[in-house]
Amino acid sequence: MKALRRSGWLAVAASVAFLSTPAVAADGPMVTKIKQRGELACGVHTGRYGFAVADSQGKWIGLDVDFCKAVAAAILGDANKVKYVPMSAVQRFPALQSGEIDVLSRTTTVTLTRDVSLGLHFGPTTFYTGTGFMVRKTTKATKLEQLAGATVCVVPGSTTEKNIAALFKARKIKYTPVVIESQKAMVGAYFSGRCDVMSMDHAGLPGHRRFDAKNPDEHFIFEEVYSKEPLAMAIRQGDDQFYDIIKWVTHVTFNAEEYDVHQANVDEVLKTTTNPDVQRMLGKIGGLGKKLGLDDQWGYRIIKQVGSYKDIYDRNFGEKSPLKLPRGLNKQWTQGGLLYGYPIK
Amino acid sequence: MAQAETFQDGPRRGGSLLYSTAFRGVAYQILLAAGVILVGYFLYSNVNQNLERQSIATGFRFLTESAGFDIGESLIPYDSNDSYGKALVVGILNTLLVSVFGVVLATILGGFMGIARVSRNWLAAKLASMYVEVMRNIPVVLHVIFWAAVFRNLPGPKESIHPFEGLYFNNRGLIFAVPKANPAYVWVGVAFLVGLVAAFLFVRWADRRRERTGKFMPTFWPALAIMIGLPLVTWLVQGAPLVWDKPTFGAFNFSGGAVLTPEFIALLVGIVVYTGAFIAEIVRAGIQSVPRGQIEAARSLGLRSGFVMRYVTLPQALRVIVPPTTSQYLSLAKNSSLGVFIGYPELVNVANTTLNQTGQAVEAVGIMMTVYLLMSLTISIIMNLYNRKTIIRER
Repeated sequence: MKALRRSGWLAVAASVAFLSTPAVAADGPMVTKIKQRGELACGVHTGRYGFAVADSQGKWIGLDVDFCKAVAAAILGDANKVKYVPMSAVQRFPALQSGEIDVLSRTTTVTLTRDVSLGLHFGPTTFYTGTGFMVRKTTKATKLEQLAGATVCVVPGSTTEKNIAALFKARKIKYTPVVIESQKAMVGAYFSGRCDVMSMDHAGLPGHRRFDAKNPDEHFIFEEVYSKEPLAMAIRQGDDQFYDIIKWVTHVTFNAEEYDVHQANVDEVLKTTTNPDVQRMLGKIGGLGKKLGLDDQWGYRIIKQVGSYKDIYDRNFGEKSPLKLPRGLNKQWTQGGLLYGYPIK
Repeated sequence: MAQAETFQDGPRRGGSLLYSTAFRGVAYQILLAAGVILVGYFLYSNVNQNLERQSIATGFRFLTESAGFDIGESLIPYDSNDSYGKALVVGILNTLLVSVFGVVLATILGGFMGIARVSRNWLAAKLASMYVEVMRNIPVVLHVIFWAAVFRNLPGPKESIHPFEGLYFNNRGLIFAVPKANPAYVWVGVAFLVGLVAAFLFVRWADRRRERTGKFMPTFWPALAIMIGLPLVTWLVQGAPLVWDKPTFGAFNFSGGAVLTPEFIALLVGIVVYTGAFIAEIVRAGIQSVPRGQIEAARSLGLRSGFVMRYVTLPQALRVIVPPTTSQYLSLAKNSSLGVFIGYPELVNVANTTLNQTGQAVEAVGIMMTVYLLMSLTISIIMNLYNRKTIIRER
């Protein structure tokens, strides 16, 4: 009886304790949290060549990975202090919302719904692409209009899934979607012949053709890009300082290329430059880092440890990579592209 | 005696209510209920506050918004302009489709294998036990992925396996000719339902008569004749309309006819083969639970072995078989959610997409849980009603 009474009171006490505990208070500044942990938790793709893929030594490489590194270099001083969390398209937003990751850098398109309803903030666009289609050459198809009746493989939770619905509808042609969550299984389904067409961001297709096809020459990627897919890093709303850092880290990589400061020559430029804009970016003229809650060497570290946007692109997509993808819209504004680094002043 | 007094009802020691067992009994229950409600309220309000703080959209308004994505296979007309709500209904129907076929096929397969396991035919018994041991010891998700790989690696549409006119089997699925819709088929359908009821009533009447008079009457063939004959006659009377909708090869794939996709077949085969192994064991246990004496007695009366199984063993075995089989049906229905791994557009698949496009995880998961709960409760209720029929009535 005594035991019973005690357990009864315990239940009440527990309920009261639950009640009086408020909903978890707003996170302290993310930077404090990341510094305490000593590493940046970055959500990346499970495997898309050029953006994020684990190489033969298990090291993560890719453009999305490099932006994780740039953020870590700015905040923690070391580009290698990143914990990569590979996730599917469906897993990515809940993982970010629940705080499992600090930054989502995973071929994520900025859309109004995602920005507003999901409670996210997107950084500047790190890569411009659009919906692309790959088919077997035996189909002789070269554009979307020739795909009537085709079966299309796509991953769920992607903007691609909605884009193809709209694209086919606009052209009044029918198709059958096959929607598979695992990127690997989806790509496998296309190459095994389950689908006539594989659709994803245009820039993702060459990698799969190069590395996953038995014979890359049997497959054709439509030249045309069928939608606007600005890819960017995303963070949770509610920490303006962290948002500022994400924004300006990206702009440093743009500006570095514009001023011709790259990984290889950054030390030399630091010694010789007389351009005050470059001197500010590299911390020779101080004060900007403090405004972000960082030190003055943050910009220097990004370029030294990760590189300018040119370094990042060339390494992952350009001539130095197996993909050899033309830069297209991902050129500097001075060369007819869309990269326009905001003034670091 | 002294012990008994301690627990007596009524006020003791100064008449304090606190010492009344009856009062305490009620009080504890009220406290427990209050505790449960408080914890529930806490969880609810906490989730709400947190979602609001992170400015994540809440509520079920998204159900009426346009979904904007297509679904590969659907039992009802569906278009990407339709709402998320309708998309979820498409998913639910696909879940029900594969579950209903799964339950029926797993029962047939399991029943057959279970009977084979206790068969006196050495080869049949060994093959059946091999089936059970292999299949039930492989995780069900591997079954599903394995079959998906098998069906996706069949030849392409142009090199289809084509055993006879109107049937094609390739990496796009099983494509077959179906009769074109005709108003006469409505009556054929009605006739089939009438035949089903008539056959059921006939079998029950024959059983009752046998129990009353001991006179045996064959029921299987006449019942089958009623079920097939009635629709057949209806069809003939209306002039036997029949135009085939045959699959024809287009630019990419077949159009026309009906299609069972590789995903549907893989999921169905996977969960049926897996669950069938468990049902086989349940059936075997049920059969072996019938005392040997019963069977020996039946045989000594000169009954043939099929007869013994049908009229002596199975009716007694069923009361052992039905309750655990219910659990198997429940797990089969829930395992249909593994379709998400291979791209079969069942509920979890569609809800996942919805969750991701709208970002409303709590609501989407809530809908999934509710649907599976309702589905499982329905199966439970039906099986419990059936179970009530099979239990031994003490006389």
